[in-house]
Amino acid sequence: MRSTNTLTRADICEAVHKKTGYPKSESQQLVEDVLDLMTEALISGENVKISGFGTFLLRDKAERVGRNPKTGVEVPITPRRVLIFRASQALRDKVSKA
Amino acid sequence: MIRSELVHTLSRKHPDMRQEDVEQVVDIFFDEISNQLADGGRVELRGFGAFSTRQREARTGRNPRTGEAVEVPAKSVPFFKAGKAIRERLND
Repeated sequence: MRSTNTLTRADICEAVHKKTGYPKSESQQLVEDVLDLMTEALISGENVKISGFGTFLLRDKAERVGRNPKTGVEVPITPRRVLIFRASQALRDKVSKA
Repeated sequence: MIRSELVHTLSRKHPDMRQEDVEQVVDIFFDEISNQLADGGRVELRGFGAFSTRQREARTGRNPRTGEAVEVPAKSVPFFKAGKAIRERLND
């Protein structure tokens, strides 16, 4: 059982190690590679679609006027690219009773 | 990029591994995240982002075809917040 309610890289590496029997160092490398490959695809402007899990989508946002909530001063928010996750129906169904 | 392309690219980085073994690793990766969310927990992947669940209250929805009112029960939905590092790299 995990000591906290947060799953981290280390927990995923441990799961790969236990379920495949690969050495810990290799399991760690594989998990890091999965994250790096997805990150690189997104940085290059590609969406990442994982069947049964969900889609990481890039959205280009136009410039808009924001406000510093503390001072109330209006500041322009520059156009930017943001990353959005849309869970697949399978993941939504799995999580709905959580 | 789709799942099979991720498996393919990962295979090229690990030429010593069989493709089905690489596939198994990718399955474990996403299963671990899914199972944790199904248990109501959080997943934190530094640099990439964090997955959590958000509660949605019960509401009265409508069947868009018939216009009939339907009760939508309260539920949890998956939520993802991109990490600071990736947010910055997307805008470099």
